[in-house]
Amino acid sequence: MEVINSIKFTMPSLSVNESAARAVVSSFLIQTDPTVEELSDIRTAVSEAVTNAVVHAYRGTCGNIELTVKLLRDREIYIRVKDKGCGISDVDKAMEPLYTTAPEEERSGLGFSVMESFMDKLTVRSMPGKGTTVTMRKRLSPNVG
Amino acid sequence: MKVDIRSERGTAVAVLSGEIDHHNARAVREEIDRYIVAAQPRSLAIDLGKITFMDSSGIGLIMGRSKLMKECGGMLEVRNPQPYIRRVLKLSGIERIVKVT
Repeated sequence: MEVINSIKFTMPSLSVNESAARAVVSSFLIQTDPTVEELSDIRTAVSEAVTNAVVHAYRGTCGNIELTVKLLRDREIYIRVKDKGCGISDVDKAMEPLYTTAPEEERSGLGFSVMESFMDKLTVRSMPGKGTTVTMRKRLSPNVG
Repeated sequence: MKVDIRSERGTAVAVLSGEIDHHNARAVREEIDRYIVAAQPRSLAIDLGKITFMDSSGIGLIMGRSKLMKECGGMLEVRNPQPYIRRVLKLSGIERIVKVT
């Protein structure tokens, strides 16, 4: 993985930081001159991953969420959202569309579906009691002009 | 995030502006629900024309209001989503249960 540039941002798992995470990603991606659609896709995927960590990882408590964004060669964007929270016991189940453990908060259970659909690649690694790491990649269209 | 609710011939029109995410969806939900319970409109229209960002928290918000309107004997309509927000709506399949114009 040839890294051209990268940024790492750590934030407490407060819901107000969902927009902060999107702002960080947007600022970093300016250097790649993405299309409006590409930027929207990545911002949305990051928002979903960070929201999952805010809502599920540290239920009733607060912990850190680490967001890493890398620009790789050939205009590929790498994003990692990592927490050290409660973890997910059944990742396959959690990734099923409409599956949610927080219906009382009107969570739609579509977070992973959005990440999968808006990014090229999604990997979820989790261990109960240790935390969850979501990794996503997306290749941007060639920069013309 | 801002919510303006007005009445148009029995329909409550909620014009949302700003970004809908998990953090601010709760306040929007509470404001709309308060209005519905108090005014008992025949139908609710959520206008997304001034929304600049929406993730799946917005889908939860729409699904929840659809359920509430059904319980009250009314119906929900979603208006003016930007093309990008329409993609999120389409992905959720919500257009099968809520009218989107």
